[in-house]
Amino acid sequence: MSETKAAPPPPKRPRPRLDAINRPFWTGGSEGKLHITHCNDCGEWTHPPREFCRHCQSENVGPEAVAGTGVIDTLTVNHQAWMPGLEVPFVIARVRLDGAPGVVLTTNIVGSPVDAVDFEDRVRVTFEEQDGIWFPLFEKVEG
Amino acid sequence: MTKLIEAYVTGVGQSEVGVRLTRSPMGLTMDAIRQAMDNAGLTFDQIDGVATYPGRISTFLGFSPIGTDEVIETCGIKARWHMGAGEIPAQLSAIAEAANAIKTGQARHIICFRTVYEAAAMSRPEEFPPLRREFVDGGSQWTAPFFAISAACWVAQYANRHMKRYGMTREQLAQVALNANRSGLANPNARAISKKPLTLDEYMEARLITTPFCLYDCDRFTDCSTVIILSAGDALDEVRSTPVRIAATAGAVERYSWDQPEWMANYATGPDLWAKTDYRPKDVDTVQFYDGFAFFPITWLEALGFCEVGEGHRFIEGGTRIARDGELPLNTGGGQIGAGRLHGFGFAYEAVLQLTKQAGERQIPGDPKVAVATSGGGPMAAALLLARD
Repeated sequence: MSETKAAPPPPKRPRPRLDAINRPFWTGGSEGKLHITHCNDCGEWTHPPREFCRHCQSENVGPEAVAGTGVIDTLTVNHQAWMPGLEVPFVIARVRLDGAPGVVLTTNIVGSPVDAVDFEDRVRVTFEEQDGIWFPLFEKVEG
Repeated sequence: MTKLIEAYVTGVGQSEVGVRLTRSPMGLTMDAIRQAMDNAGLTFDQIDGVATYPGRISTFLGFSPIGTDEVIETCGIKARWHMGAGEIPAQLSAIAEAANAIKTGQARHIICFRTVYEAAAMSRPEEFPPLRREFVDGGSQWTAPFFAISAACWVAQYANRHMKRYGMTREQLAQVALNANRSGLANPNARAISKKPLTLDEYMEARLITTPFCLYDCDRFTDCSTVIILSAGDALDEVRSTPVRIAATAGAVERYSWDQPEWMANYATGPDLWAKTDYRPKDVDTVQFYDGFAFFPITWLEALGFCEVGEGHRFIEGGTRIARDGELPLNTGGGQIGAGRLHGFGFAYEAVLQLTKQAGERQIPGDPKVAVATSGGGPMAAALLLARD
């Protein structure tokens, strides 16, 4: 019999390189805030964050905290361990954010069994910190 | 302005298609080029253009090991026009751009190639170091941090929404893979991928990758080179093959993102293609639709108007309509699911073989004159309308 290999530790989340444009999104969780780029001229939202408003091309844009709630637009239950040690299955979803029309976040739905997550479920952000990045994950809210 | 010159496919070639081949990427590329040159009856002194997608990527050689420079140097081509570009709307846009170069008189005969070496590269990491990045950037920074690392995870969410919104079932989705398997078994270049018949039961019981996709809904890394030669309409007396006209090309993008848009880019590309031609979907004899994931051909059927949006899964139900003897034969060489991830160019190759009746055992019946070949998914989409007219 060959020796049983120890299970590899769970992988870290792949991390973005922070810059002036994406930092408010990836670090807002340190204050419990979900920041989305908002235009102070036309009032529209731009995501992913950019230096210019994607609706009116204004430079008068900046991070604005949204409610952090939303609705599951679509999802997939992932069964493939793309990285060594990745625990499966888990839910990858697109969440439509309340208060920021047109913005969708790819995220994970945590805190529920995978088969308890469905389209149109209401969800709320919960942050997971790792090496100075606050990853916005979502969990189901009742009602 | 001078009159535009029509562009024609006058030669096609394909190297061995394998998994973990030992022949070099340039060796495979030359095998495909020689075959296409022989097909066309051209010599290298007649070639004055070279195009590829996306060009050599030195940090990711398995994905794209060969650039236009190596082909120009190796073949002694005196190029007046060449292009290797990734920032174009999907793989087949390299052929669309080459057609534009011909139309505007910038070249007369262009070698278009796509070489992939993904399976071999993964098996020889010391020779082909895998892409290792400390950070994720660009578009992937919005998906990879949530372990949505493969495009399978992104596309699966579009497929699941089709199930929820329009009632697509896994049995309907399965027809793409079952059809790919049947045609792959009839394609001698697909022997490394399609080895035995696939049944619906096997499909339904297969390992899930990310719902609704199982193993058979995903294409497989392959080592191969595919070549398409384009020639100018006023140079056809120099070739010996049956020319196939590039009747229209399209590649529309509305959002450059895998997760923000409501619809993938092919839904804008389809109408854009028909706006550029008098041909209509009813004129099309066969379709070769990108199937990196099995859901894509269903969306191309809808996007190009072969059925209504939300009806693609019913269009392929049971598989008879898309079979090689059906009313709209789909992916007659197996596509990427049945014949390997040739990354887009395989669809143009197969379309030309069918239109010029060079498809052997898998030749569709009748006298096919018009085909659509597509590539891409998500925010990338390119479509070619090919006509033997």
